[in-house]
Amino acid sequence: MSHDETFTEFLTRRGVSRRSFLAFCTATAAALALPAAAARELAANLAVARRPSVIWLSFQECTGCTESLTRSGEPTVEALILDHLSLDYHHTLQAASGEAAEQARRDAMAANWGSYVLVVDGSIPTADGGVWSTIAGVTNLEMLRETIEGAALVIAVGTCAAFGGIPAAAAVTAPNINQSGARSVGELMDAGEIVTRTLINVPGCPPVPDVISGTIAYFLAYGTAPELDDQRRPIPYYGTTVHEQCPRIWHYRNGEFAFAFDDERAQQGYCLYLLGCKGPETRNACPRVRWNLNTSFPMHSGHGCLGCSEAAFWDRALAVDGSGFTGSCFYPDVRP
Amino acid sequence: MSTIVVDPVTRIEGHLRIEAETENGIISRAASTGTMLRGIENVLIGRDPRDAWAVAQRICGVCTLVHGIASVRAVENALAYPIPPNAELIRNLMISAQFVHDHVMHFYHLHAMDWVDVVSALSADPQAAADLQQCLSPWPNSSASYFSDVKQRLSGFIGSGQLGIFANGYWGHPEYKLPPELNLIAFAHYLEALDWQRKVARLHALFGGKNPHPNFIVGGAPCALGGTAGATAVDDQGLALVGEIITDMRRFVDEVYIPDTLAIARYYKDWAQRGEGVGNFMTYGEFPDPLSGADEMGRLFIPRGVILNRDLSTIHPVDLSDETQIQEYVSHSWYNYSGGQDQPLHPYAGETRPNYTGPQPPYDNLAMDQAYSWLKSPRWKGKPMEVGPLARVLMLYASGHETTQTLVNETLTELKLPLSALYSTLGRVAARTLETKLIGDQMAVWYDQLLGNLQSGDSRTHNDELFYPDTWPSSAQGAGYTEAPRGALAHWIVIQDRRIANYQAVVPSTWNAGPRDAQGQEGPYEAALKGHRIHDPQQPLEILRTIHSFDPCLACAVHLMDLDGGSQIRVTVS
Ligand code: SF4
Repeated sequence: MSHDETFTEFLTRRGVSRRSFLAFCTATAAALALPAAAARELAANLAVARRPSVIWLSFQECTGCTESLTRSGEPTVEALILDHLSLDYHHTLQAASGEAAEQARRDAMAANWGSYVLVVDGSIPTADGGVWSTIAGVTNLEMLRETIEGAALVIAVGTCAAFGGIPAAAAVTAPNINQSGARSVGELMDAGEIVTRTLINVPGCPPVPDVISGTIAYFLAYGTAPELDDQRRPIPYYGTTVHEQCPRIWHYRNGEFAFAFDDERAQQGYCLYLLGCKGPETRNACPRVRWNLNTSFPMHSGHGCLGCSEAAFWDRALAVDGSGFTGSCFYPDVRP
Repeated sequence: MSTIVVDPVTRIEGHLRIEAETENGIISRAASTGTMLRGIENVLIGRDPRDAWAVAQRICGVCTLVHGIASVRAVENALAYPIPPNAELIRNLMISAQFVHDHVMHFYHLHAMDWVDVVSALSADPQAAADLQQCLSPWPNSSASYFSDVKQRLSGFIGSGQLGIFANGYWGHPEYKLPPELNLIAFAHYLEALDWQRKVARLHALFGGKNPHPNFIVGGAPCALGGTAGATAVDDQGLALVGEIITDMRRFVDEVYIPDTLAIARYYKDWAQRGEGVGNFMTYGEFPDPLSGADEMGRLFIPRGVILNRDLSTIHPVDLSDETQIQEYVSHSWYNYSGGQDQPLHPYAGETRPNYTGPQPPYDNLAMDQAYSWLKSPRWKGKPMEVGPLARVLMLYASGHETTQTLVNETLTELKLPLSALYSTLGRVAARTLETKLIGDQMAVWYDQLLGNLQSGDSRTHNDELFYPDTWPSSAQGAGYTEAPRGALAHWIVIQDRRIANYQAVVPSTWNAGPRDAQGQEGPYEAALKGHRIHDPQQPLEILRTIHSFDPCLACAVHLMDLDGGSQIRVTVS
């Protein structure tokens, strides 16, 4: 942007909808009781001190990951969306609907080309030409392809975006085990279906609130991804199993196990391994970061870990030939 | 005739699209489309029924526990599997906490921007806002300096030029009627509600280990009570925190949510005359009292039933297992039925066979006369039903629940509106607020019952008598009911050889947002949009108001299309 060029000209050159931007500046100037001529000045001043733009795409998802983000204690979602980020496209939270929402996405892409953060929740269906999920008449894959081009960083939030999740779980009666051809962001990148960008996987169904916001905060502070493991997960959060962090591990080591969900041993906080806890095979931060303002985590309340941050955790009991389930994915038989 | 398309409809859960035909600016016909399918019912087939709750719960992360509840109840219903009273009370507390949490978030974070002009708040006088807040309620955040700070935060944000989530809103639309001070108060409460919801979600974390997606279990509740301090999350200190959270919930509802609803409603009384829908209402009921000696139906706090054509004098009984009552059509849906498209199926015999026949993406319009949605069309005895807060409040009112009658009558008197005002967009908003109070207040009762049980030495939370599949009959089927914040929800399960042979979920937004049936009868969204005058087709705020009043749980779209000159105008919804 040259010194002679006004911000609105700059935006126009980048393909931003000038009309909607100026209309907003005019309305804002009026609300601030500024003279009408101040709208242009306002527009020019808006060019400085930009917060990083975030575009959040939701595909085959349940909105649990967004809900989880709103439960984050540090930083809070208010601080993120008002003070630290510019959340320019997010179906659940944004004011605009329809074509105006799509315009907001295009505006944000054009104004921040090469520097915005793309967050994806939900998997991307690839079967049947992508008709399993469309937004504004466009397939999820097409929207992802277009939006990832100008992204500096991609964060796949939740097990669906990171590993395929529930939509990719086995449907043993359907013609294909993964009916909709649901794919993770990483799978599409590795297959060359979308361009390659720095990708952080933040799995969990949903991820721990503070793990989502902490990953974003790390990027804000250092301008880069934290150290990642071979599944592209941030090592600070996914470096150890939940079992290694679980306060019940002393009972585990002493061979003290609960045999029923409400027996005396369960009441005294004994280890839940025999009731199906998947803590030893699950990498996540639940016992350390804990959920909902440090309140609890599954094993602390009394149900074993489901293993929800691991790929294919829904299909643990699927027969190797894929023909059916051999038992429960979560509950072994512990009767004497 | 013109057609308006809105896709994506935002500030909802999921993917919804709306197309509305207008004549002289008035909607004459609308189509509601769910544009995303995951096929979770098919994923469930073949699995162990005890695993179903965890998979089914992921149908929705917003009303995050309702599918888990419906699922465990379906299995328990199939197996005639009783659960301990404490488990019932813990479930009641978790479901009711979901109602209070979800309704407040819907009001402030999903629906408010249809009524509240955020930009107008910039011209509010903080002192006048403080005076107004002090008249509204005793809520402590009411000083001029508080509102001055909030205003400064907002103007700093908007002044940065990066409008983030507020970009391209319909700010300045003439349908926004609130004075700047009330807009500022509502924005302040938007932020306060974000903070509040984070704290009250801890109730789910205590009993279920986390929120969203707390844990459940067939046969009871997966949180052992009665251990020594620190042994589990629900030790004495954890249980005391539950009590504090309930108090915080009720206070926010009484001092913020109710006063704001009434204050805002006063400026939008014209919305008490539009947006009704189909005039039929259905509930499955909720909150069984485990200590009551009444029969299954008699012990429900919210009764089960159907109200037809606004007739509050008769409540028709609903039977989830009667194959002639609840049925789903796919005449206008992208599915195949093996017995023919126009033959409805009861959920026990339900089928989920995707058969997309819509246009190949990218597309501009769907064909309203053919199949146009991933949603099916559920019907009760062939009739479309509205489900949700309005249905529940009407059911409580019609069944003679005195507290409800008093609350409804006082609210209508205060707003100077007749009873018929309930059958509207505004009525739906008000019903949601009123039931939040009814259910929030009831939480204290269930909490006391739980503590009383524990004190009398009953700490059972799980019945494992029927937990292992070798104790089951070789085949069984059952229906699990619940009331989700958005309305009546049930899951139907067929179990054969200890595995799931069929599984169907008929969800509230399918009742409300589903397409036409074989007879061409519209669903509630479609019926409710008819007759709306759209002030500016470029900014169809009116469509969003009525659609959001249902609190959709899917992603939507609305398009405007000019059929007069044969040309089609794609309208910007901004
Ligand atoms: S409860 Fe689970 S995570 Fe904790 S010690 Fe036992 S097996 Fe490990």
